[in-house]
Amino acid sequence: MNNIKYLLLRRTTQIGLMFLYFSANAYGWNILAGTFGTSYIFGVIPLADPYTTLQVLATGFVLGADVLFGAAIITLFYFVVGGRAFCSWVCPINMVTDLANWLRRKLNLDKEEVNYRFLKRSARYWIMVVGIIVSALIGVAAFEVVSPITIMQRGIVFGFGMGAAVVLTIFLFDLFGVKNGWCGHLCPLGASYSLIGQYSLIRVKHNADTCTACMDCKVVCPENQVLHMVSKESISVTDGECTNCGRCVDVCNDNALEFGIRSFIKTGGNK
Amino acid sequence: MADNNHSKGRRNFMATTVQSTGLAVLGGMLWSGYADSVKASPLVLRPPGALAEKDFLTACIKCGLCAEACVNRDTNVDKETGKQRPGTLQMAKGGDSLLIGTPFFVPTEVPCYMCEDIPCVPVCPSGALDMPSLLNEKEELDINKATMGLAVVHKESCIAFWGIQCDACYRACPLLDVAITLEYVKNERTGKHAFLLPIVQDHACTGCGLCEQACVTEEPAIFVLPNDIAKGKAGDHYVKGWDVKDQERVAEAKGQETTTERSTKDAGDYLNMEVEY
Repeated sequence: MNNIKYLLLRRTTQIGLMFLYFSANAYGWNILAGTFGTSYIFGVIPLADPYTTLQVLATGFVLGADVLFGAAIITLFYFVVGGRAFCSWVCPINMVTDLANWLRRKLNLDKEEVNYRFLKRSARYWIMVVGIIVSALIGVAAFEVVSPITIMQRGIVFGFGMGAAVVLTIFLFDLFGVKNGWCGHLCPLGASYSLIGQYSLIRVKHNADTCTACMDCKVVCPENQVLHMVSKESISVTDGECTNCGRCVDVCNDNALEFGIRSFIKTGGNK
Repeated sequence: MADNNHSKGRRNFMATTVQSTGLAVLGGMLWSGYADSVKASPLVLRPPGALAEKDFLTACIKCGLCAEACVNRDTNVDKETGKQRPGTLQMAKGGDSLLIGTPFFVPTEVPCYMCEDIPCVPVCPSGALDMPSLLNEKEELDINKATMGLAVVHKESCIAFWGIQCDACYRACPLLDVAITLEYVKNERTGKHAFLLPIVQDHACTGCGLCEQACVTEEPAIFVLPNDIAKGKAGDHYVKGWDVKDQERVAEAKGQETTTERSTKDAGDYLNMEVEY
């Protein structure tokens, strides 16, 4: 069971949070109510998605203080602690794209390395910026119109309707289209968390001395460009695109990858 | 050779930049077009206190707290079974042809029951549901100040206008005899009966939709329309000469001389003119 420890923890967190959101509507629980746009813990502490907030602000509308405060709390949390953990520990779409990714491996769809000329991992940052510009132009938070993330979350809380088709589209795109297509290439929300979480404390640390270069970690990693140091250097994964999902830690049989607290002090070649 | 590589690298960089920018503009235009089309759905009723539709769509952060407050309010239980009823407010899903994730209600499914404490409004974090618009002179929340829409009667399908006695909408109205009044008119057809005609009073109707739900005809003959659609507008240039207050509006106005060019056609010409299509 050791090699799925973080996977189980993540699924428990994701499903648990979604259950709390669901229960706020279904049973009137007050633990975690609302959706990612804005939610409240115990009806008191506001939480708001920073990118959504930014889109609405771009339209020129002055949002209520709770939303701004909530966005500040979320930004601060991922900036200091979590990195891009939202993507792998909270977002429900992650379960869909992880399933697609797992199936890709099982069905051997990954054998050929395909070069997607137009679709680079940097596309998401462009989309993030374009989303803000479009919001300003049309006067509506643009990503929220199409976001499969909140469509899926609201689907869980309020019922899916045709929203299920959007989730299925993402699944098929990731399965038969581009590997890690949504989360790793397109999602502007993930891009925003990549930027927010660049300097966060919790990081995967690599120990090149025990590494046997089996590359299992790179196979499971949804953002494997962040693992460039594997078997080469004993440093932390500091790239903001790392989602802190811990799959690499799970699959590593050499104890060469472990979660740790990032050190900002250069240790001068020591591990 | 090195120089050549350098300029090649620069050309590549330029090409990539131009290409990325071009794709971003292309994507942005498609995105704008799509988003602009889905927000153009005027036939929708919003929760009490909602800003004007255009501003509402901008302000709503799609959190669903209003809908959660609506369905989970203490009063939302079936009096006979004691079970919770469905809420009034729904969150727009894919396929609803509305801006996805925004709250709305359909009176024939569940109308707005006009709760006195208006649970859906104070929970709105973004300001899309504007609490000050629902405060009365005593600074208390007052659901009677809501303007979600306006009930409209289709005379031809309303059986009261046929002369049949029906006051279902009148009695269902939470503002009984205020928002819908009954007008008594002699039924000339029978010569000995009265029409009891439901008349909606614009200044009082909140658009809750209880009348629409109560209407007995196959398709409701009274239905709530969004204000923008139900209401006309005379325009500022009409001044009620018999209304002192309305007169004050133009007290400061200065005269302006205008001339309209005289038509060269004589009356015979234009009275006999065919209608132009």
